[in-house]
Amino acid sequence: MQFDSFADFIHMGGYAFYVWLSFGVTFGAMCIIAIQSYVKHKALLNAVIADKARKARIERARQNEKRS
Amino acid sequence: MWKWLHPYAKTERAYQLCITLQPWLWVGAILCLSIGTVWGLAFAPQDYQQGDSFRIIYIHVPSAILSMSTYVAMAIAALVGMVWQWRTAYMTMIAMAPIGAALTFIALFTGAAWGKPMWGAWWVWDARLTSELILLFLYIGVIALYGAFEDKQQAGKAAGVMALVGVVNIPIIHYSVEWWNTLHQGATISKFDNPSIAPEMLWPLLINLLGFAFFIGAVTTIRLRNEIVLREQHRPWVQALAEQALLPHKTRER
Amino acid sequence: MSLYQGIFKRDMHIAFKQKAELVQPLMFLLMVVTLFPLGVSPSPDTLQRIGPGVIWIAAILSSLMAMERLFRDDFQDGSLEQYVLSGMALPAVSTVKVVAHWLVSFVPVLLLSPLLAMFLNLTFDMYVALLLTLILGTPLLSLIGAIAVGLTVGLQKGGVLLALLLIPVFIPLLIFATSAVDSAALQLPYYPQLAIIAAMLLLAAALAPFAIAYSLKVSQN
Repeated sequence: MQFDSFADFIHMGGYAFYVWLSFGVTFGAMCIIAIQSYVKHKALLNAVIADKARKARIERARQNEKRS
Repeated sequence: MWKWLHPYAKTERAYQLCITLQPWLWVGAILCLSIGTVWGLAFAPQDYQQGDSFRIIYIHVPSAILSMSTYVAMAIAALVGMVWQWRTAYMTMIAMAPIGAALTFIALFTGAAWGKPMWGAWWVWDARLTSELILLFLYIGVIALYGAFEDKQQAGKAAGVMALVGVVNIPIIHYSVEWWNTLHQGATISKFDNPSIAPEMLWPLLINLLGFAFFIGAVTTIRLRNEIVLREQHRPWVQALAEQALLPHKTRER
Repeated sequence: MSLYQGIFKRDMHIAFKQKAELVQPLMFLLMVVTLFPLGVSPSPDTLQRIGPGVIWIAAILSSLMAMERLFRDDFQDGSLEQYVLSGMALPAVSTVKVVAHWLVSFVPVLLLSPLLAMFLNLTFDMYVALLLTLILGTPLLSLIGAIAVGLTVGLQKGGVLLALLLIPVFIPLLIFATSAVDSAALQLPYYPQLAIIAAMLLLAAALAPFAIAYSLKVSQN
C-alpha cells in the first residue's frame, strides 16, 4: 500500500479530482456501452417474438376469413 | 489451414460461439480490471515527477493502445469479409465500431484530465492526443456510413471499405501528426516518454491492458449477437432462441 | 482503348455542358479564402503566416463539393450500371473518370491559385511551393475522394457524410502540403515534403482504382 490512510488514498496526493474523474468517466463509459448492448439484446429478442406473434395473428385472421 | 474457421461464417455457429465465450470474457475482464485498477491506484509506487496524477496511465494507455488495435481488428474483419464473402465478418466489424469509439473517447478524456495538472490546460495539441482525435473521426465516419444505408448487407460492405481506407491511413496520420507536432512545438516534455518504467508500475498496466482487451471481447460478443438477431430475425432458429430466452420469464410472471 | 477514350470524351463534354456545377466550387473556394482576412486579420504578416493553410483547407472543402458530381449523374441515369455490366475493366473505367474529373475540377483551382496567393500575400517562393503541392496533392484528393464518392453515391443524403468520411483521411496531405509552403517561406528545402506527397499519390494511384471499382460494385449491389 502506497498510502498511509484511506483519506490519503482518496486525496491522491492532491490530484484527487483528475484521477477520480478519469477513472469515473472511464468505467462509466464502459458500463454504459455494456448495459446499452444488453438492453438492446433484450429489445431485439422481444421484437422477434412480437413479430412472430403478429404474423401468427395475421395467419389466424386469414384462416378465419377463409372459413366464413 | 484456416478450414476450422469456416463453419463460423454461419450466423448460427457464430452465435453459439459468442454464447460460449461470453462468460469467460466477462470473468477475465472483471478480474483483470479490478486487480489492475486496485493495484495501480493503491499499491503501485508514485511517479517521482508526476506524483499520483500518473495513475491515470492505468486507464489512459490501455484504452489508447486498444482503440487503435480495435480499428485494426475491424479492418481485418472487413478484409476477411471481402475475401471469403462472410456476412458474420462484416457483422463483427460493425459490432466492434462503437466499442472502439468509446475507447477512443476514454483515451481522449483521460488524456485531457491528465493534461490539465501536467500542462495546465485541458487540451493541448499534443501529437498523440491529436492522432487519437483523428482516430475518433475515423470511427465516426465508419459508424455514420453504416447507419446511412437501409440495406445492412450493403452497409457492412461499404463500412468495410472505409475501415480499410482508414487503416491504410492510420500509420500515415500517426507519423504526419507526430512530425507536425515536432515542427510546431519544439521540444516539450512528453508526459508519455518513460524510457524505462519500473516493473512494479508496469505490471498493473499490463493487467489492465489485458482486462480492457477482455472487456472489448465481451462487449463485441453481445453486440455481434445483436447484429445477428437483427439481420436474421425471420429465421426459425432466431425465433426459437428468442422464445427460449424470454418466454420462461413471462410464464412465471403470469 | 477507344472505349475508355469514349468515356473520357463523354465526361469532359458533359462537364463543360454543366458550367454552373463547374464554377460553383471555385467561387466557394474564392469566398472561403476571402473570409479569412475579414475574420482573422488583414495584416500582411498574419495572412502570410496562415495563407498556405487557408488555401489548402479551402481547396479541400471546395473539392468535397465538386467531388459529389463524380459518379452521381452516371449513377442516376444508369450508365454506371452499364459500366459494371459491360465487362470493361472497372478499375480502368474509374481511373479514366477520376482523371477527367481532376482535369475539370482541379485544374481550374491551379489556375485560380495565383489570385489566392496574392490575396494572402504569399511570396513568390511560397507560391511556387504551393503550386507544386497543389499539382501533386489534388490528384490525391480526387483518387481518395472517389472511393468515398463511390460508396455514398447511392445514398440520398451523401453530402455531409462525404465530408465526415474524407476530412480525417485528408489530414496528412494538409500537414505535409502546408509544411512544404512554410519551409519555402523560410527559404528551406521542401523536397522531403513534396517527396512524401508524391509517395502518397503513387500509393493511392496504385490502390485507389481497385477500391473505387469495389465501392461502385457495392453501391450497385
